[in-house]
Amino acid sequence: MSADQLPEHPDFLWRNPEPKASYDAVIVGGGGHGLATAYFLAKNHGMTNIAVLEKGWLAGGNMARNTTIIRSNYLWDESAAIYEHALKLWEILPEELEYDFLFSQRGVMNLAHTLGDVRESIRRVGANKLNGVDAEWLDPQQVKELCPILNISDNIRYPVMGATYQPRAGIAKHDHVAWAFARKCDELGVDIIQNCEVTGFLKDGNRVVGVQTNQGTIHTEKVGLAAAGHSSVLAEMAGFRLPIQSHPLQALVSELHEPVHPTVVMSNHVHVYVSQAHKGELVMGAGVDSYNGYGQRGSFHVIEHQMAAAVELFPIFARAHVLRTWGGIVDTTMDASPIVGTTPVENMFVNCGWGTGGFKGTPAAGLTFAHTIATGTPHELNKPFSLERFETGALIDEHGAAAVAH
Amino acid sequence: MLLISCPNCGPRDETEFHYGGQAHVAYPENPDALTDRQWAEYLFYRDNTKGAFAERWVHSTGCRQWFNMLRDTVSYDIQAIYKMGQPRPDMERADVNTSAATTPEGATK
Repeated sequence: MSADQLPEHPDFLWRNPEPKASYDAVIVGGGGHGLATAYFLAKNHGMTNIAVLEKGWLAGGNMARNTTIIRSNYLWDESAAIYEHALKLWEILPEELEYDFLFSQRGVMNLAHTLGDVRESIRRVGANKLNGVDAEWLDPQQVKELCPILNISDNIRYPVMGATYQPRAGIAKHDHVAWAFARKCDELGVDIIQNCEVTGFLKDGNRVVGVQTNQGTIHTEKVGLAAAGHSSVLAEMAGFRLPIQSHPLQALVSELHEPVHPTVVMSNHVHVYVSQAHKGELVMGAGVDSYNGYGQRGSFHVIEHQMAAAVELFPIFARAHVLRTWGGIVDTTMDASPIVGTTPVENMFVNCGWGTGGFKGTPAAGLTFAHTIATGTPHELNKPFSLERFETGALIDEHGAAAVAH
Repeated sequence: MLLISCPNCGPRDETEFHYGGQAHVAYPENPDALTDRQWAEYLFYRDNTKGAFAERWVHSTGCRQWFNMLRDTVSYDIQAIYKMGQPRPDMERADVNTSAATTPEGATK
């Protein structure tokens, strides 16, 4: 078949403009968080003379590499507030962005395998309910009814002793989420500039006044950093430090299978999380590689470990084949909570530290970070997630508290 | 999987080791005198270098001894392995072949 027989190229969802000499604000990082931030800056704050700079291709970092799980069943009030706000936004965004990105509220189950897990889970269900987050505790039989392919027998090393369940949680098509935000940003006048790597910052005293890039110097009044695993590199260019460590986080998919897995199952203890994508791949992830790394890949034994966990919990996966594995770079903090707020540099703001769970937070990160950039002060929802908390000691310690499988 | 040359046991799989993060972070000399900012720096702030990074590892299922490693965090190439208490080797210099900086046997990614 020759090329002229192919259908017309579909309409492009966004322009690819040359960078202007100056903008009112520049967002560094064209992933989900950067695009959502630009969208809310334009929509909620009327800031349309802004640019999103992406050093690679749009949404090619963690936005393209996550396992798309969306939930809000975090333990602490501050986390429940911001993640539940994100979930409420996920529920209205397909309509608002006029783009069906296949947000599927198929529920998320967090399995308990020890008495400690059971106590933590029941406590978290109670905390979630007090915070208006839908949550329930399931016994093993109820777990089996919701997800029949799970092995709940006691012939495995860590039998399933129950699970927490959030019915409104689910998954979405990550690429489409990015494209939906990008298209709306573009319609609102935001310049999305790909292949534009930031190489330095222009400062007047302690105030940022511009960014240097491989596409020239861009003057701006405000800079928002939304670069996930590379946040520390940017902060160093700007002259301050961040309390984050970048680690590889791997995930994998199987070949396509007919629908067998109706929900999302996460196990902190044997450590794997599994869902089935709309197309049919089993999508799995687990914990980070232990060492610091910027290589977007990790060690194979980490994959082996999560596969072993998956096969123990889902015996029918034993004959499934891995189609591909990949890695992203996640920006982890010591309390497993994000940092969204001001920085020691005037007019420079940072959104980072979302670690292994940034995808679910995308809409709330965008909303609160846009508010912070536009007004210079944090939104109620991101006020607790300041950089200063590491100094004051007001940590939001979600390690082991939020059903977070770090 | 990294192949790590333990200074005591020789090259072994990464799964025998545990990671200890940034090397050469000393306990504060006068803890009583530290400000909140300085405590934050000591407790929560570590370098997050893209490139050559000095870090600690422990050979958990072998000799159980800690040691230091200079590793590139992008290529994951192990550049040097050296003992606890020794300073970070200067890899810029040509004469790195000293006792402080031994190129580890089997140091591949």
